[in-house]
Amino acid sequence: MAALVVLLLALAATGGLYAAFAPADEAKADDAAQSLAIEEGKRLYDVGCSSCHGAGGQGSSDGPSLVGVGAAAVDFQVGTGRMPMQQPGPQAPDKPAVYTQAEIDQLAAYIASLGPGPAQPNPSAYDPAEGNAAEGGELFRTNCSQCHNFTGQGGALTHGKEAPGLDDVDPRYIYEALLTGPQNMPSFPDSTLPEEQKQDIIAFLQEVNTSESENPGGFTLGGFGPVSEGLFAFTFGIGALIAVTVWVGARTAKARKS
Amino acid sequence: MSSNDNERNDQVLSDDHLPASPEGKSQVAVADDPFADPGLPHHEPRRQDIDERAAKRSERTISLLFTLAMLSTVGFIAVYSTVSVEKIVYIFPFGHVSATNFGLGLTLALALFATGAGAVHWARTLMSDLEVADERHAVEAAPEVRQKVFDDWKQGVAESQWTRRKMVRNTMLGALTLVPLTGVVLLRDLGPLPYSRLRHTAWEEGSLIINEATMQPLRPEDIVVGSLTQAMPEGLDPHAEDFHAEIAKAAVMLVRLEPEDIKDARSAEWGHEGILCYSKICTHIGCPATLYEQQTHHALCPCHQSTFDLADGARVLFGPAGHPLPQLRISVNDEGYLQALGDFEEPPGPSFWERG
Amino acid sequence: MSTTTDAPKTRGKAGPGERLADWTDGRLGLYTLAKANMRKIFPDHWSFLLGEICLYSFTILILTGTYLTLFFVPSMAEIEYDGPYVPMQGVMMTEAYASTLDISFEVRGGLLVRQIHHWAALIFVVGLLFHMFRVFFTGAFRKPRELNWLFGWTLLILAIFTGLTGYSLPDDLLSGTGIRFMEGAILATPVIGTYLQMFLFGGEFPGHDIIPRFFVIHVLLLPGIMLGLVAAHLILVVYHKHTQYAGPGKTNTNVVGMPFLPVYMAKAGGFFFLVFGVITAIAATVTINPVWVLGPYRPDQVSTNAQPDWYLGFSEGLVRLMPGWEWVLPGGYTLNLGLMIPLGVFPGMLVLIGLYPFFESWVTKDRREHHIAERPRNSPTRTGFGVAWLTAYVVSLIAGGNDVWAVNFNLSINAITWFCRVGFFVLPVLAFIATRRICLGLQRRDMEKVLHGRETGIIKRLPHGEFVEVHEPLPPERLYTLVAHDQQKPAELGPETDENGVRRKISPLERLRVRISRGYFGEHAQIPKPTAEEYRAITSGEGHH
Repeated sequence: MAALVVLLLALAATGGLYAAFAPADEAKADDAAQSLAIEEGKRLYDVGCSSCHGAGGQGSSDGPSLVGVGAAAVDFQVGTGRMPMQQPGPQAPDKPAVYTQAEIDQLAAYIASLGPGPAQPNPSAYDPAEGNAAEGGELFRTNCSQCHNFTGQGGALTHGKEAPGLDDVDPRYIYEALLTGPQNMPSFPDSTLPEEQKQDIIAFLQEVNTSESENPGGFTLGGFGPVSEGLFAFTFGIGALIAVTVWVGARTAKARKS
Repeated sequence: MSSNDNERNDQVLSDDHLPASPEGKSQVAVADDPFADPGLPHHEPRRQDIDERAAKRSERTISLLFTLAMLSTVGFIAVYSTVSVEKIVYIFPFGHVSATNFGLGLTLALALFATGAGAVHWARTLMSDLEVADERHAVEAAPEVRQKVFDDWKQGVAESQWTRRKMVRNTMLGALTLVPLTGVVLLRDLGPLPYSRLRHTAWEEGSLIINEATMQPLRPEDIVVGSLTQAMPEGLDPHAEDFHAEIAKAAVMLVRLEPEDIKDARSAEWGHEGILCYSKICTHIGCPATLYEQQTHHALCPCHQSTFDLADGARVLFGPAGHPLPQLRISVNDEGYLQALGDFEEPPGPSFWERG
Repeated sequence: MSTTTDAPKTRGKAGPGERLADWTDGRLGLYTLAKANMRKIFPDHWSFLLGEICLYSFTILILTGTYLTLFFVPSMAEIEYDGPYVPMQGVMMTEAYASTLDISFEVRGGLLVRQIHHWAALIFVVGLLFHMFRVFFTGAFRKPRELNWLFGWTLLILAIFTGLTGYSLPDDLLSGTGIRFMEGAILATPVIGTYLQMFLFGGEFPGHDIIPRFFVIHVLLLPGIMLGLVAAHLILVVYHKHTQYAGPGKTNTNVVGMPFLPVYMAKAGGFFFLVFGVITAIAATVTINPVWVLGPYRPDQVSTNAQPDWYLGFSEGLVRLMPGWEWVLPGGYTLNLGLMIPLGVFPGMLVLIGLYPFFESWVTKDRREHHIAERPRNSPTRTGFGVAWLTAYVVSLIAGGNDVWAVNFNLSINAITWFCRVGFFVLPVLAFIATRRICLGLQRRDMEKVLHGRETGIIKRLPHGEFVEVHEPLPPERLYTLVAHDQQKPAELGPETDENGVRRKISPLERLRVRISRGYFGEHAQIPKPTAEEYRAITSGEGHH
């Protein structure tokens, strides 16, 4: 227990130090590049985002304020193609990204400049190799599976909204989604779900829900549990058996076709 | 009669079959009752019945199927004894499957299916397919049998003196009613009486609120607006004997809303600076209702879609739940940690008769 | 080559087989039994094999289930997993769950047997439903088979509960959620709910007793009862002799088909292997209930898509359909109607179908034995009821999977639920009306065929220029088959007064019966069969039609 406390304190301290100094260092190093990125980002924002999110990210009746959502939220929303939204609906679905990563970084820099928020994570933060899949599984079942299903196949929410499937989602986006709570998903900030535990969750998902995951029993039928299994029994299962009954019960062909 | 069909079917349709012309092969039937039962159709031989080469072919097919079953069984044993149980192989389109499950399964399936197919093919092509009729007999007994049974019954009852000796009869019925009670009594120790177990949880005044992810007590600043935190009372040990029974009642979720979004005044007061702590056990049947939508503040239960509005005292918006999720009163203690101000005011979890 | 069998060999010195048979006969009366049954006739039709699918799945369940008990540990003691499956290493779980993982990952063929067992269970109940509705739609439940219908119906109920207890045993997050549901359902029982819950679970949910208790119910109590009922069911099938469809030479007093020895011994025996083979092939290639990814049960965890196995899907759907009604009675007693109503409708629907044969025999007052299986179209009202019941059933099944449909078809879960709430009441009525009309239409078509023959698709031009399609008269076999069904007259109330002019007393129940009977057999409920006179008039008269 004590070890855990020390570990957590150390983690919190590192996180705090990082937050306090890292951006400052960067800013010192290439201040000019940063302000250029913000400028470029503002230009992209004014063209592609401001119609819904308002000038200066203040929000409008069509889109929420982006002040303080942070760079991580921008990277997730634009990187997974959820933003810009094509048409109004219960929620923004993912689709191929419209912007290049360079443009996304510029947008993120601009939004981050509007107010403090979670920054884009360091790649080491979401490296699945660093996590413990078993502990991640327990965390996933406590915090995630209620919406995303046991193995992250996705699930329904109210009024047409849904928790999307997590198969083959880039660990970075999983991390950013946990951190920022996109759309109706609640956020899991480091204060309640520290970075290490996010890594565990990512490690679990890598283990059970990618195209490389093992499915020892054969076809998974979408991983939706008893509904798809029942449907299979009702269609293929009994269908195959009825085909057999027809063969067993049918008359054998007669020598002379009447 | 039935030989007519074949003739007719062999003929090329001619003008004879025009509706205008009544001349036809059905005349025979029309003569008396057109709908009379023509009787069992004439037995037609199968190819195998008249052509020994065809029968031989069937014989070979059947033997091949049985041989296949034997070979498959050998294959099954080979897979069992050579393939490691942990081996995973990629097989298109099934994916990364267990080699033993796939190998053993398919060899066994083939062995079974070939055995069955051999037997059925044998029955269908070589065994006689002559249809025969068995007579049915009425299930009901003849009147004299019926009478005999009634007479026997009366005689038996009379000989027992059942109707004459009422005391014997009544005491026996009494005994037969009471003796099985012993079995019912024995069931008493199946479990304890309910008393007020369902009304109390592990929460008490001053309990710290433990974050299930970190197992650390929560502070108000840990919980940001839009986040969801699963928590339990201080003092529950996941390795303890009664952990499941306790967590089944005491599990909570914490959310933080902008204070102006909270519609229910009492709910706001029971929280702390917009942090609300609700029992996450659905009041319908007890699934954790933790599908929290941070923009709508709805919490949905995955089992039967009961939807609670956490901004409005967890009022039920949809689904079969009958009352709101109980809210835990919380505050901050001297050290800055969130704490419970006591147990739930009402029993959490599914409704029960005495709940009130 | 003739198909007649060789003449029996003249009896010489008895061989060992014969001696064994003689020995057995002297003790069990083997020859009397064999005389009646060895060459017993069974009619051939694929739909008569649906029951065999159930019988064989049940046999497979017993075989594989016995194997699984050799490895499964029905205990709720908590241990830490240290087996080969990485995502569970170090996780606390019950021995029940851990031993299920061991069966899946450490016993060679264990996963296969588990998957065969579970697939066979799903297919068993699908088979029961199909078999039951074959019997229902063909009226094969009529006298003398009403009791056998009830045996079969009881088997369905027991199968559902055996399935439920088996589904619960691995103690994974999904099945534990199912047990939680049961706890909630028991708590909702008025007056004694909390006591029942404490007694069943041996204390507060989940306790440590429910898995071992369910284990005994699942492997001993319920299968034992089912085995007895299966035996009784089969004995009655043999005793009553199988029903058959109408056809030339097939009457209500005979049964036409092939003898048990050898044809049905080979066909039925072979069919067992075929069923086993098909289910094994499914188990080899398709995952069922991958408990290893579900995780062990914890009451504070859950997953979306939490459903029971399909055979309880309709009760699940009924619960999902319910609005949130709850009454607190004066005195502080709570009625959880959100559970009580659906859990009352669920057995209610089953009882409705289970008692249908008695309802129909009350309506018809038909005391005859029926051995000819009817075509569904020839009993439009019964068929309508059956389809209406199935419609309500399917609507509830759909409601039971509302979250899965919502996420896969991009629909709103609330919209699906509302559709099912309305559909549960409206669609069965529409289905009843539509089915009845379709049946009457088919009857009319049969009548047309009988009177005017088969459409040949050949168009002929008559001398005066009219085009007509050439119709070919049906052969007598087809004619007989199409008119062989029995058409009852509707019941009548009889005169209002008796011969002395005194008003007869007619009970309201009798009036109701007559009304229902009219719904079954009245002029709008069946198309009168063509009579021989009509047939003669048309076939001998001028051919306009």
